[in-house]
Amino acid sequence: MFRFISLALALALAQLLTAPVGATAQSLQNILQTHQDEVLKPGRRTVSVVLDDLVASGLPQALPFLEAWRDREIVQRTSDGLFFRATGEGASFILRDLDTDVALDGAEQLDMKEARPNGGVRRAIGDALVQFRLSDPDIAKRQSAVEAIARSMEASQLALLVGSIETEADPAMKKVKIRLAGMLGALFADTIAARITAIEGLTGDLSVDVRGALNTVLTSTPQVSMALPEDANIAAVLAIGEDISAVEAYDRLVSADLAPTLILNNDIHTALVANIQGDAVGGVPVAALDTDAARQVAYDTLAADGIVLARVTPDAQAQAVAAHIFYLQYSETNPAITDVARKVLTAIETKVAVNQSIDLGLDALSLASIYFLAAIGLAITFGVMGVINMAHGEFIMMGAYTGFVVQQFVVDYTLSILIALPLAFAITFGAGVAMERLVIRHLYHRPLETLLATFGISIALQQLAKNIFGTQARPLTSPDWLDGALVFNDVVAISYIRIVIFVLALIFLFLILYVLKRTRLGLEVRAVTQNPGMAASMGINPDRINMLTFGLGSGIAGTAGVAIGLYAKVTSEMGADYIVQSFMTVVVGGVGNVWGTLAGASLIGFLQKGIEWLNPSNTLAAQTYMILFIILFIQFRPKGIVALKGRMAAD
Amino acid sequence: MHRSFFAQNPSVLWVIATLAVFTVAVTLLSEVTGVDVISTSFVKTLGKTLCLCLIAIAMDVVWGYCGILSLGHFAFFGIGGYAIGMWLMYARTEVIVIESLAKQPIPATPSEISDAIGNQIFGVVGSSNFPWIWAFADSLILQLLMVILVPSLLALVFGWLAFRSRVTGVYLSILTQAMTLALALYLFQNDSGLRGNNGLSGLQNVPGYGNVSQATISILFFVASAIALGAGYLLFAWIVSGKMGSVVKGIRDNEARVRFLGYHVESYKLFIFTVTAIVAGIAGALYYPQAGIINPGEVAPIASIYLAVWVAIGGRGRLYGAVIGAAFVSLLSSWFTGGGAPNINLGFYVIQWTDWWLVLLGLSFVAITLFFPKGIGGLFDLLVRKQS
Repeated sequence: MFRFISLALALALAQLLTAPVGATAQSLQNILQTHQDEVLKPGRRTVSVVLDDLVASGLPQALPFLEAWRDREIVQRTSDGLFFRATGEGASFILRDLDTDVALDGAEQLDMKEARPNGGVRRAIGDALVQFRLSDPDIAKRQSAVEAIARSMEASQLALLVGSIETEADPAMKKVKIRLAGMLGALFADTIAARITAIEGLTGDLSVDVRGALNTVLTSTPQVSMALPEDANIAAVLAIGEDISAVEAYDRLVSADLAPTLILNNDIHTALVANIQGDAVGGVPVAALDTDAARQVAYDTLAADGIVLARVTPDAQAQAVAAHIFYLQYSETNPAITDVARKVLTAIETKVAVNQSIDLGLDALSLASIYFLAAIGLAITFGVMGVINMAHGEFIMMGAYTGFVVQQFVVDYTLSILIALPLAFAITFGAGVAMERLVIRHLYHRPLETLLATFGISIALQQLAKNIFGTQARPLTSPDWLDGALVFNDVVAISYIRIVIFVLALIFLFLILYVLKRTRLGLEVRAVTQNPGMAASMGINPDRINMLTFGLGSGIAGTAGVAIGLYAKVTSEMGADYIVQSFMTVVVGGVGNVWGTLAGASLIGFLQKGIEWLNPSNTLAAQTYMILFIILFIQFRPKGIVALKGRMAAD
Repeated sequence: MHRSFFAQNPSVLWVIATLAVFTVAVTLLSEVTGVDVISTSFVKTLGKTLCLCLIAIAMDVVWGYCGILSLGHFAFFGIGGYAIGMWLMYARTEVIVIESLAKQPIPATPSEISDAIGNQIFGVVGSSNFPWIWAFADSLILQLLMVILVPSLLALVFGWLAFRSRVTGVYLSILTQAMTLALALYLFQNDSGLRGNNGLSGLQNVPGYGNVSQATISILFFVASAIALGAGYLLFAWIVSGKMGSVVKGIRDNEARVRFLGYHVESYKLFIFTVTAIVAGIAGALYYPQAGIINPGEVAPIASIYLAVWVAIGGRGRLYGAVIGAAFVSLLSSWFTGGGAPNINLGFYVIQWTDWWLVLLGLSFVAITLFFPKGIGGLFDLLVRKQS
């Protein structure tokens, strides 16, 4: 009822906009004076009288009045009962005439009574205003009105929305309105044919609200009866044991008052406790009641005496369930509509599934690029040089903290990231070179001990970072233009940060390939890793090359740290989170080959997302199964996906 | 000439004797005898340290003697702890539940009791049903069997797969690390059936011994740990001393050559890997009742790396080295992180050891690896050489 009134009001107001001002001599104040009490203390019922009259008057000043009324700015002067719009407090208190909007001089706060519409009334006024704004010249207001309709989705909004489509000037807004009108039409159009047309118009729309609207059309409620009703619109008949368990089915019978309530063990317990006489219940001694069988005997005796309800035997249960038919019934009575809606929804869901797998692929790709970034430095230090650097993760951490520190000094985030990337490379390159010179150089002939020494460095660096930066996560803020996501449609989207990480991963891949295959340094690195003695006799200084190679790997880890820091939180433990996965990536991919690392990262990334997709609620389980898979994989391909052949492969 | 086992290995007698004297001394000085020089909590720390020494000698055998750098032996340690923890938790909850159900007007049925226990134990992860892995939790004997069976089975399967395909060196280390990481991640799940992140708690209370004071229980576990360490030491000393020991050390030094001599290298490795896994499981089963709580974090990869570090610091390839390393580093760690060490005031900065201990520890790993590759145990060589 109320909605209808506000609809009529809004329609009238909409017409008002174009009507010439002052078409009637009537003033707003006069109308309000005839409804003094309703304006001052409106109730859900009484407000309609005022609204009706306001609509009938066709006054343009009714709209600002409604807004003021809703915002509790309308006051009444006690002396003469006139209404005004009041703003401000104390000295800045101003009264304005409702018809002319002229400020009154020398108004005092004291002799004013405030109009206090309650929540329900204010919402009603608000609704009316929202619908009115559908034709507001300001596009932002139209936008918010459309959004409000999309949130509430009521039958009354349909006609209004459709009416506003024709005059809509903005093409994008027009599209939004048409789409929304389609959804409203699917739910509320007057004729069946109109609803079917509206539903068919939704075909192929992937958005969640369209699916929601279709699901609303297809709402069904579980029913139970002896036989299927002829006239009902049945969604599905439920098979006992498949769609619905026998226990659930019986529960439904009980709640539909078609069968007696089950007596559960708890009920038996309560009934027995309530009926203890002396030291026995129903002829069974209390001490003997420690099995379910004894309790049932005692309970049955009580039931035979008529003290408690008789138990329902399993047979009776099964019979009751078998005698009834359980089905889902559509709330919508017309089968033609539900058929069309179901067809359209199925088509949409198929399309959604396809798009979801594309989205999953993108997710997997970005996870793979993160693994690749984390592991690419290792591909050089571990893969090419064979040094097990447990502090690799800490180089990633150092890079991320470099980014954080730079942001403390350079406020422009774009600039700070651009500074941080080379700076992180420089710092971790230096740290890597220092570590190689001081520690690793002395351990080339004892590879397993490198693991221990670098682990020592790792925990020292971690604790050092904790002492300097504290234990809480530090933010590495990405520039504004990296916020948000590249949206393909309602299902497929990828955030810009992930795209950047992917691009960075590609850049690193080609950079490293270029350095290793096309430069003098790369040539010397390969020579030294293949045969240090021979390389040395050719005039290459193996010490220098090892140092530079290790520095390069560390520097890349640091640069990757900046990128990872944008995506994950920067903590002193962030390196440790990646170290095991990084080693696995390199080992799975195949040691000594950058392409192998790429293959390993892709395998792990896609595998993890794939397993997550099978069991979305449990990412821990996905990681567990992924590691188990890797363990098995290495059994069958101990040298990794891209295995070196020939002399290079010999250890 | 055939010499006796102890004549070949004089150090074994020394270690056993030291351990015996130490055990008796701690017992006499504890609260139990009324002397109360050593507090109950410190007795527990010492008992836990003995368990860590036990897993350290297992690690030494597998790494120092056989050359397999396993970074996953704490997984077996944790499994042992979980196996015994399940019984401790189940039996204790059962006692509590039966006590509280006895107050009802009518006696409880078996299903009521087991429901109530399930609620008590699994309520924290939002469940009340017993997962299948708890099938034997009501029997101490079966759970003790699990302490041995589960680690040995896991080690057998994992070892067979890995050694068969000749995964060696660094690859094997990373693989074992992946194994313990997978176990930790599995246990972290709420539906793993082992209370997820919460782990098992209240393990310090031994069911059926509710009236016995913690002082007595701690001494019992301390003595048990000492006996286990002694027995484990004897076992490993025996394994690595005979002909088998020579083969094992041969595998460490040159696997291919041993294989060409006709030995089935994989079987030896598998045997060593499995036996040490069992000992690790037993060590865990003794450790966690003294610690009182076990959670998935205990089997995270870093624990196993620390284990390797203890052995390296103590000195690889000598069993007493592992004992010294584990005891030295873990006791020193608890002294520093427990606030026992005095802070150093540099005037401009106060070094608080709770913050800086790990930095010191990490750097000393580096120093020891670089300058004392034989570890603390290497010092004994110097002594022996001077005497001779």
